[in-house]
Amino acid sequence: MTERIGVYVCHCGSNIAGVVDVVDVANWAAEKLGRQGVVIAREYKFMCSSLGQELIEKDIKELRLTRIVVAACSPHLHEKTFRIAAKNAGLNPYLVELASIREQVSWVHTDKTVATQKAKAVVSGAVSRVIENQALDELKVPINPNTLVVGGGIAGIQAALEIANAGFHVYLVEREPSIGGHMAQFDKTFPTLDCSACILTPRMVEAGTHPNITLMTWSEVEKVTGYVGSFNVTIRKKARFVNEELCTGCGICEEKCPKKVIDDVYEAGLGYRKAVYTPFAQAVPKYPVMDTQNCTYFLKGTCKACEKFCPTGAIDFNQTDQFINVEVGNIILATGYDLFDARKVSNYGYGRLPNVFTSLEFERLSNAAGPTNGNIVLRDGKTTPQSVGIIHCVGSRDRNFNNYCSVICCMQGLKFAHLVHERTGATVYNFYIDMRTAYKAYDEFYQRVLEEGTLFVRGKVAEVTDAARHSNEKGKLIIQTEDTLAGKQRRIPVDMVILSSGLQPRHDAKEVGKLFGISCSTDGWFTEKHPKLDPVATMTEGIYIAGCAQGPKDIPSSVAQGAAASARVLDKILQKEVALEPVRASVDKEKCSGCRICNGLCPYHAILFLEKEQVTEINLALCQGCGTCVAACPAGAISGTGFSNEQILAQIDGLLMENLEMV
Amino acid sequence: MKPKFAMYWAASCGGCEIAVLNTHEKILDVDANFDVVFWPVAMDAKYRDVEAMEDGSILLTLFNGGIRNDENEHIAKLLRQKSKILVAFGSCACEGCIPGLANLSPVGEIVQTAFHTLTTDNLHELYPRSSFDVPEGELYIPKLEKVLRPLDHVVDVDYYMPGCPPESHQIAAVVDLVIKVVKGEAELPPKGSVIGAGDSTVCDECPRARNVKFIKQFNRIQDVAPVDPTLCLLEQGIPCNGPATRSGCNARCPNAGAQCIGCYGPAEGVLDYGARLITAFASVIDANDPDEIEKILDGIPDPVGQIYRFNLAGSLLKANREAWKVK
Repeated sequence: MTERIGVYVCHCGSNIAGVVDVVDVANWAAEKLGRQGVVIAREYKFMCSSLGQELIEKDIKELRLTRIVVAACSPHLHEKTFRIAAKNAGLNPYLVELASIREQVSWVHTDKTVATQKAKAVVSGAVSRVIENQALDELKVPINPNTLVVGGGIAGIQAALEIANAGFHVYLVEREPSIGGHMAQFDKTFPTLDCSACILTPRMVEAGTHPNITLMTWSEVEKVTGYVGSFNVTIRKKARFVNEELCTGCGICEEKCPKKVIDDVYEAGLGYRKAVYTPFAQAVPKYPVMDTQNCTYFLKGTCKACEKFCPTGAIDFNQTDQFINVEVGNIILATGYDLFDARKVSNYGYGRLPNVFTSLEFERLSNAAGPTNGNIVLRDGKTTPQSVGIIHCVGSRDRNFNNYCSVICCMQGLKFAHLVHERTGATVYNFYIDMRTAYKAYDEFYQRVLEEGTLFVRGKVAEVTDAARHSNEKGKLIIQTEDTLAGKQRRIPVDMVILSSGLQPRHDAKEVGKLFGISCSTDGWFTEKHPKLDPVATMTEGIYIAGCAQGPKDIPSSVAQGAAASARVLDKILQKEVALEPVRASVDKEKCSGCRICNGLCPYHAILFLEKEQVTEINLALCQGCGTCVAACPAGAISGTGFSNEQILAQIDGLLMENLEMV
Repeated sequence: MKPKFAMYWAASCGGCEIAVLNTHEKILDVDANFDVVFWPVAMDAKYRDVEAMEDGSILLTLFNGGIRNDENEHIAKLLRQKSKILVAFGSCACEGCIPGLANLSPVGEIVQTAFHTLTTDNLHELYPRSSFDVPEGELYIPKLEKVLRPLDHVVDVDYYMPGCPPESHQIAAVVDLVIKVVKGEAELPPKGSVIGAGDSTVCDECPRARNVKFIKQFNRIQDVAPVDPTLCLLEQGIPCNGPATRSGCNARCPNAGAQCIGCYGPAEGVLDYGARLITAFASVIDANDPDEIEKILDGIPDPVGQIYRFNLAGSLLKANREAWKVK
């Protein structure tokens, strides 16, 4: 049967029409591709508008079209739109093909003549391909109502609570001993100066006791298989060496443990913890963990003080890592950020000059529950600084480190200035490149700090040094900077320097992304499906992202994203089933010789070898249509719907139409 | 009157003819049922005798060898015209085979190499010419074309019979079938079919045990000692072409302890044998580090010879770009 094909060329305002002569492309298609079956070719200002869609629907009905080619943007954007339009007009949605003449033509070319020629070739390829397209039916799979949330910071907690409150089960996995994340380390939050712990701990407790939340701390995801609606996740529950069923969280083990260890994580290296410990008083869950790297028993084979004193006999030195399998329908990744390592900016002296502090160290110094009970003092632990310099943009907006703005550092620097001022009365300088105080009530906070008398110097600090040139600089840290407003170099001696370090992707973000099948941007943040319109979804269906894992952001934004991701998950759960793209691989058993080349390749474990028949089979529900096995099969026994050889070769033939005489 | 039979060799080695004779007493059936009108290797004949025949008067022609020169091309066209059923017989006619590997070089280079070998001193730089004047008149020899082409690049082909050479039992089966068709006892398969071969790949007929494959190293078979006689050769790191090669030979080579080299060509529906094979090999390499992968692939010292030994002329690329450019 000869197909009746409609070709629709979109102007996309001036996005396409500015570079490609869309009228010429449409006329050319009508004239030159008639032999292939094109019966109508139109151009329209915005094909994706409802008027544009109606145009297609009308033509399908009136001209009895059997195939549709829309020459417009990338299929990522509007393939669905036009498939729905076709479906509305009674045509199988998979008989629609998008020719990307925006992303692949108008946006990447400036020469109009050449771009128009290329657009014709792309349209010709799509027309040849669409003839080979087959009508496909969507696969419906049920959605498992359970959800996995990875990361127990504020974004993850928020997401878990929203879903749990809606009545669905959540597995909340956290790699540290307690949930709470970075927010648990802060003293005050900008701009309201709320006590961070006071607003966070109720949420932590709620997450810890919620009947719909299974909390798994000191645990990490090892393996993920399956697909949206039906993921199988293996979680490694690291040995705590404390029996959670017996432990009452009384803290006697911690009290009796003779081994003091510098706490690099929670106390940012400013305080001590024991070898058996809970990271902080309000930790959720309350059960301690054993640090086997430092525990005397694990190092020397004797001690066991904790075991002797534990009133419930909860210490268990024989515990091993457990592997727990859970089935979930959706996954939210809220894995957070790492703080930029200020040692890398060697000219600021962190790690070399004792009174240079990082932002996280300062958070612990100013925290009433911190190592100094909230007294802001120098590294000697007793001297109150008379003058403090706060340097913004450390590791951010700097082509030597990270190009991006870390979003929170300006407000953080202002908060530090306020706290120093309030608690010590010291003279405070803030060194900034640009002051970024967008969002609600942020700039008012800046005004307040200005009024409090904090001095602001606009310019990037060149160096922090202890090499004095003048008598007033002796024993001080000298901040060498250009004051771009005054237009001169300045040397400002201070007692204490605080580096407002930026945020970085987690050191293992790439591996975590790979584990869950999502990608990272060049900076290393998880990539969202659309930067504006789909910020918490990813290109992998069923995997969502929230909080700083997606990019630097403050607490309100992290909470908003956690809630947004949970809304997306609830939407999926309430639909009860999800339609999967019917792009799948299948094996022709007659052709399969059972060579088993493909058997180890499937990333979704959809390939099965039938020993009795000595042939390979593909589980259609598990198959994601990635095409790995199709490419690998040496016998050509596996084919992929939607990407068959016939379709691809036809498309190539179509693309080369202009060059036919050369072959 | 018996139906007429012809067999011809173009650019080939003669192995296909031997394979036909190797059908033993079955050859008598050919003689009993057919009138052999043209078979240069077995009987004297003149091209002009063929030219004089009526179009379509030969029932069955087995054509072996690729099209390398203008004489090959002329006879291919002639036999097409005179034959009802034209079979591309053997790997050379189907897909170019070993002579097709010459498509890696421009024709000038081929001649240069042939007339300047280690044992040939071409002192007077003498090369063959397509025509030469002698006192008795002008002499012609066939002119080399720029590339070797499989038979179906030159004429319409009815059936393909792969193999280098086709297995004698398969030839016998095809002869039997045609005799039955002549007697009205059977029907011919659809035009364009591959005959005298299986639908699957060599692995289907190979008795060796197979597992999920993880390859850490490729070795030439002579460097593997001892070769496990019961385990898949590919799993032992020996690049065996069996997984990509059409079945029909009863896995002759793997049964005899040697790797399949691919003479039965691609499986049904496969467009490019070598591309299929190299993706298959690459898929089972057990490494993620690019340098390590490179090292493992270095275990295949002659990739073209490994993956396109029989198939280069019939592949998607068909020939080296320089060879195509020759005017």
